Amino acid sequence: MSSREQILSAIKGIERESKQLPDIPEFPQTENLQKVFKDSIQGNKGEVLSAIEFEEWIASLGDQKIISVSSRFPNLSTIKLPSDPHQLNDLNLAIIDGQFGVSENGAIWLEEENLKLRALPFITEHLVIVLDSQKLVPSMHQAYESIGSKHSGFGLFIAGPSKTADIEQSLVIGAHGAKSLRVVLL
Amino acid sequence: MSHPENASAFLKDQSKAKWHDETLWFVRDKRDRISKTVPEWESLRNLASQIKDNVLSNLDNYLEEFEKNALKNGIQVHWAKDAEEHNAIVLKILKEKNCPAIVKSKSILTEECHLNPYLEKNGIEVVDTDLGERIVQFLNQPPSHIVLPAIHLKKGEISELFHEKLQTEKGNEDPEYLTHAARTHLREKFLGAKVAITGVNFGVAETGEFVVCTNEGNADMGVHLAETHIACMGIEKIIPRRKDLGVFLRLLARSATGQPITNYNSHFRSPATGKEIHLVLVDNGRTAQLAREKFRNSLKCIRCGACMNTCPIYRRSGGYSYGSTVPGPIGSILSPGIDLNKYSSLPFASTLCGSCSDVCPVKINIHEQLYEWRQEITKAQGTNGKSLSMKLANGIFRSPLAYRISGKLMRIALKNLPNSLIYHPINSWGKGRNLPETPKETFKEWYHKNRS
Repeated sequence: MSSREQILSAIKGIERESKQLPDIPEFPQTENLQKVFKDSIQGNKGEVLSAIEFEEWIASLGDQKIISVSSRFPNLSTIKLPSDPHQLNDLNLAIIDGQFGVSENGAIWLEEENLKLRALPFITEHLVIVLDSQKLVPSMHQAYESIGSKHSGFGLFIAGPSKTADIEQSLVIGAHGAKSLRVVLL
Repeated sequence: MSHPENASAFLKDQSKAKWHDETLWFVRDKRDRISKTVPEWESLRNLASQIKDNVLSNLDNYLEEFEKNALKNGIQVHWAKDAEEHNAIVLKILKEKNCPAIVKSKSILTEECHLNPYLEKNGIEVVDTDLGERIVQFLNQPPSHIVLPAIHLKKGEISELFHEKLQTEKGNEDPEYLTHAARTHLREKFLGAKVAITGVNFGVAETGEFVVCTNEGNADMGVHLAETHIACMGIEKIIPRRKDLGVFLRLLARSATGQPITNYNSHFRSPATGKEIHLVLVDNGRTAQLAREKFRNSLKCIRCGACMNTCPIYRRSGGYSYGSTVPGPIGSILSPGIDLNKYSSLPFASTLCGSCSDVCPVKINIHEQLYEWRQEITKAQGTNGKSLSMKLANGIFRSPLAYRISGKLMRIALKNLPNSLIYHPINSWGKGRNLPETPKETFKEWYHKNRS
């Protein structure tokens, strides 16, 4: 008997009372989605910018390696997207479109089609996510409703920059991934 | 070694023990504060618990559904009945890929299976990439906490270690400086690894996808740069529906560290073009625990660590005092199921205060199970010093005469006996505790004098 069969038959052999899978009810929702979302991002050590603030910030950067895969800011790339992510090790900035944001925790949903390369939001030194301010949902329950049964090979919620508190619980930003997260709310 | 012996070793450094206690309480406090900002918090805990009840009652069906969908997504699925088979499966994949060095993100399961020493024995370099795990790996130690692996270390110790291993400046204890040194060191490892190993937080039966949560982004750095991703998953990590993730992701990080969500929550469904995902489903004692009706609930655990942060014993004795991969209250109900003899002192490392059950996001009745294990262990191992004195006390309290006489005797004895006898090692209640001052008379005597 294979291990698969052994494990499954061991489980089947255990007498268990059947337990109903509960429905997930609707919970009362927050009203001011934008304010709550901004507070959440700031709490996660990210920053929220308007389009104008973002453009000013971009203009203030010197010579930088930038890749923008954002449909809203297609002309900001200073280098081409390679096919091998190892070549992105010295990338300074990635600009990516997010699909929607979650107010309660600042999490932003992105899928493979937004990222182009799965490594992009992690290997870049700094990250910008562009988000439509109309695309905010109150909580994770509505977030999964929005994702629905769509199929993407890879999808993720990003809620802030890479961080750690593994040394004496002192918060440090920029552990392995992006050292900063800026969210541009359009 | 038993828990009390290990705990006394931990308590030798009193200022560090105090720091440990206070730091974990701070994390517990953060958890309290954030949970109170979610009005439906208790409903979410109930839901999570009920979803896990349903999972455990249908685990076989969900595993089959999960496997079917994962295969459809192009994930290669392996089954391991124990740690040995799990390790052999991982090694076989690494040999096929001709891979001499791997990067690994946090996985309690691979710790439980002792994967690192096994791979190292077989000539493979293993690099743990979570900062806390890398620190304890440099020291050849296991994690002392499942969420905060290096919580037993002070920054001075880490500074010294990094000076030796990563050539950082001697005496520079700045956490930011040390973290960035580790970032540079690990970046090289990420860029060089052909295979990356991760754990799994949740596997979704409905879609065949699995979810990995980190704050550092280390799981993703490893996986997306490597050609092959090996994900190791305990069979109890299944949840039925994608929307159930909404419930669990709202609870997990808030319970673990008091933050609203981990900064990276990755949903792996299919490998990227030209790459491979291998998923290893591991039993290693889980079906045996499922068969123990009283302890079945322990399999609901989502490894948030909240029970450790709140536990008065864990905070004051440190993770290593438990001698098990998962320490703290939850570890003390999981480990005896794996080896009753080896872990027989763990269910006694508790005040049964119930704080662990109160904070558990999936409402495991941890303190009740600790009490159940005590009974199993006492049945299996017979009496000890404490139970003998309980029997004696039972006889004394039953007879008023015996009670009066022994009370009088004790008052005289405690006043006159030398401390070396009262605090003799046989009296385990005398360790770290002082007896109250002995009263001159009994309450009865006092009453007769003053009120009659």
